[in-house]
Amino acid sequence: MSARRRTARLAATLALPLLAGSWIGWHSVAAAPTSSEVVIDEYKFGPATLTVPRGTTVTWTNKDDDPHTVVSDSDPKLFKSGALDTDDHFTFTFTEAGTFKYFCTIHPRMQGTVIVQ
Amino acid sequence: MANEMKSQQPDAERRKLLKCMMAGSAGVLWSVTGGVPMPFSLAGEALAATGNFTFMQISDTHIGFKAPANPDPAGTLKDALAKVGAVKPSLLLHTGDVSHLTKPEEFDMAAQIMKLAGMETHYVPGEHDTINDNGKSFFERFGHDKRTEGGWYSFDQGGIHFVGLVNVVNLRPGGLGYLGPDQLAWLTADLKGKTASTPIVVFAHMPLWTVSAAWGWGTDDAAPAIEQLKRFGSATVLNGHIHQVIQKVEGKVTLQTARSTAFPQAAPDTPGAGPGPLKVAAEQLKSVLGVRRVDVTGEKVALTDATLAA
Repeated sequence: MSARRRTARLAATLALPLLAGSWIGWHSVAAAPTSSEVVIDEYKFGPATLTVPRGTTVTWTNKDDDPHTVVSDSDPKLFKSGALDTDDHFTFTFTEAGTFKYFCTIHPRMQGTVIVQ
Repeated sequence: MANEMKSQQPDAERRKLLKCMMAGSAGVLWSVTGGVPMPFSLAGEALAATGNFTFMQISDTHIGFKAPANPDPAGTLKDALAKVGAVKPSLLLHTGDVSHLTKPEEFDMAAQIMKLAGMETHYVPGEHDTINDNGKSFFERFGHDKRTEGGWYSFDQGGIHFVGLVNVVNLRPGGLGYLGPDQLAWLTADLKGKTASTPIVVFAHMPLWTVSAAWGWGTDDAAPAIEQLKRFGSATVLNGHIHQVIQKVEGKVTLQTARSTAFPQAAPDTPGAGPGPLKVAAEQLKSVLGVRRVDVTGEKVALTDATLAA
């Protein structure tokens, strides 16, 4: 889990200056890498549908007292987290455009979608 | 939901149940004859002997759980095993969620505690035991029974045919628990040679009926499995997963979920609640955790649920 936390922190550290840079010249760097968040709370992914530009790193954070996973529906799996205990993170960078459905393999009624434009 | 289930019983049974509840008993004995449950008061004699073959069930031990709902699931498991040890049953069933996160150290601790009890124990996995490896590490540790490749198995003891099913792997997006066609075909073959008078005990982690679809408390393809049990004079299905006792009767098939030894969960579909761990006052915790005793005499199966506080 600590490796995952480090990854999340690193992603956040990298994203901040990039976001600041994009604020200065955002017309010219619209495709610059960005980050986005999904919060897992009360057995739901929030937002259930997330729309992001290509190159976005998405971080999922589990706020429940129960573990969850973040696993793409696709076969083979595009992304697959380990068990995320309370406050654990998982990150994945979407480099291709498309609609990516995912679910929690422990609680498969929990489903989410990332739309990459 | 609980009220709805009680209403499925004949009025006479409901009256007995009410009488039992008024008696304020320490436990309820569900005496099941020909599939019709007849609850009556134990008047403080929870776990008293009634049958000629006795086994017990524990469930949802969640070793590794650390949240406020129970900071010490190892301690409450030991309490539960002390209850079991006092009865000295012929065998013990563990209906899954042995661990909280499928971690080797959680399986290690659980195995050590279970070994201390010195009890013949048969396991099926819960979804917390199969995270990301489809149960591989669980079966390596707790799969001493002669199992099929998929992990399901059966054995005979005390004149009873026991069937351990796996409904927590290969779960599908948007779905509930899942048995799959291979397991259902195996079940058909497994039951084929059994006479209708053989008492059948099926145990699996997730309920083999839909307690709450919204909360994921059910098994998508349970119906064809239950259908195969209907020809038997006595068929008992024991589940865990929902950390509370709820019963359903389908003809001669009685299905019943068990308490956890780790933490409680809310009653199904409680407004404002979810299916996760429920925090109760520390002094109340043991009154919502428990173990189950099952006494079998011929086709008569008596289930006794006792809390860790009793």
